[in-house]
Amino acid sequence: MTCDAPASRGTVWRSYGTKGRSTRTLRVRTSVVLVAATVLAVLLVPPLVQLDQQAVDLAAKLLPPSWAHPFGTDDLGRDLLLRCVYGLRVSLLVGAAAAVTATVVGTAVGATAGALGGWVDRGIMRVVDTVSSVPHLLLGIFIVAMFRPGVWPVIVSVALTHWLSTARIVRAEVLSLRSRPYVDAAVSGGASRWRVAVRQLLPAVLPQAALAAVLMVPHAMWHESALSFLGLGLPTHTASLGTLIQSARGSLLAGQWWPTLFPGLFVIVPTLAIAGLAGAWRERINPRRRSELML
Amino acid sequence: MTSPLWGAMARLAGRRLLFAVPVLLVVTFGVFAIAAASPFDPVKAYAGTAALGADEQTLDRLRANLGVDQPFTARWWHWLTSALSGDLGESSVMRQPVAQVIGERLVWSALLCAVAFAAAVLAGTVLGVLAARRPGSPLDRVVTSLAYSLEAAPVFWLALLAIWLFALQMGVLPAGGLTDTASEQVTAGQVVSHLVLPAGVLAVSQLPWFTLYVRQGVGDALAEDPVRGARARGVSERTVLLGHALRSGLLPVLTLIGSRVPELITGALLVESVFSWPGIAAATVEAATAVDFPLLAALTTLATAAVLVGNLLADLLYGLFDPRVKFSDM
Repeated sequence: MTCDAPASRGTVWRSYGTKGRSTRTLRVRTSVVLVAATVLAVLLVPPLVQLDQQAVDLAAKLLPPSWAHPFGTDDLGRDLLLRCVYGLRVSLLVGAAAAVTATVVGTAVGATAGALGGWVDRGIMRVVDTVSSVPHLLLGIFIVAMFRPGVWPVIVSVALTHWLSTARIVRAEVLSLRSRPYVDAAVSGGASRWRVAVRQLLPAVLPQAALAAVLMVPHAMWHESALSFLGLGLPTHTASLGTLIQSARGSLLAGQWWPTLFPGLFVIVPTLAIAGLAGAWRERINPRRRSELML
Repeated sequence: MTSPLWGAMARLAGRRLLFAVPVLLVVTFGVFAIAAASPFDPVKAYAGTAALGADEQTLDRLRANLGVDQPFTARWWHWLTSALSGDLGESSVMRQPVAQVIGERLVWSALLCAVAFAAAVLAGTVLGVLAARRPGSPLDRVVTSLAYSLEAAPVFWLALLAIWLFALQMGVLPAGGLTDTASEQVTAGQVVSHLVLPAGVLAVSQLPWFTLYVRQGVGDALAEDPVRGARARGVSERTVLLGHALRSGLLPVLTLIGSRVPELITGALLVESVFSWPGIAAATVEAATAVDFPLLAALTTLATAAVLVGNLLADLLYGLFDPRVKFSDM
């Protein structure tokens, strides 16, 4: 397959031609494998490898990566690979909880605005615009500063700053659905507003909302790690990816790079894998918007 | 440039200003409401351990002195009216009036953000054009993958790795602060050498977005008729790329710059904290850590105002560059 057909040079994003299809397949497959590996590691490693997270072995402190400790050890002699897996678990849990909360809130608000229309819609969208004028991380910092410490303020602060985009997407979707013939048919058939909303609109909106939720998980993870890194999120004795990087600062300034490097990679890899997977999913449910960037 | 255009732009700016007033009112109100709903007690924070042994009468008197015995709506109104006369309260963590904290630190944040953003726009344009020139080429794939990876990387992590590499391993740049600890005065040379790392990291964190949009904008423009026509006329590839594709591909991206203010603030919050840069973003984190409410409230309002100004700028540039857009529709 060496021919690079000029006909396929429609847009930049489709110009890979026949070679491009295999690249895309490869990318999706890699993403699937990485997401599966992440989920399996997070689910299986903690029950299999029982570890006392506070167990300290000062004789083995700050060992560089080796076969016994692939990621090295931290300043208290704990295995970093295991700490990273545990940290990923906490960060993923917090991220997923925040993403689900934000999606439920966003879907409810967006669907209400889109379905009711009129002044309710205008009012709700004004609120959405107002809240989105405050930078996300700043609003998150403000909320955790007022309510800390603990897991719940972090989840609430990430959820409260992330429902806006979902609300906008769902509202736009509902607005476009409202004029479809089958919705008209239901309305003229005498179905109540509530029935139309639950039976016709909601099922059609769910794929978009679910996609938004999946894409939000890495974003929420990122926020959790940023808050924890600033010392405002999870307590430092809980291993999350953010607290791991935070507590590695001391060793980094002493020249040991591994306690900082690996937790960061544990943020990047699942983020890219989830984005790759969600991108393929989006192409399926929404083929026309393929050229959009997956940021 | 005809005069009706300027008039339309002024009207748009005026309309946005009118919209900004209720937004800022609601945001400040929300800030006070969140503070009122939180378990945080300003009296205990103010009195510290002394509050533990104090009797209820003393605490009540202290509450009245601090004005926190009133409902939060009254406190909000009081804060708002004194803020309009320039009095934003006292910052407990900085031991200065809030207005003075902002005045002293704003310039350093503005310097950092401006340098970083300029660097990101320049590097992003170059990388985006290089990638768009041959879509699917090894160079394109490297640039694109790198952009996505950098987009996923936490900026504070990049900052720490940069400190490790440039300050500790190579020893060429200082690890943080505004000047050397020994020096008493702020000299330009010191500031420049201390600015390189934070500005570089902040630029790298803004780079992926810009690169990918330029790549797509220029790539799309390369597939359009004017470019095909120019190529058919035998115009050199260089002129096609820089004169035709870059011009029409870059303009829509440049107009989006204003809407990047929230991301820039987010990046600055993290970068300034890691590098102990004495800007307002680092002050925000310090205020949050110490639950310094007056400072935190003022900085949240300031950031919201910055975002609104950025949005207005984006719309104005958009209308200025694209004559099809009517300002009255925005």
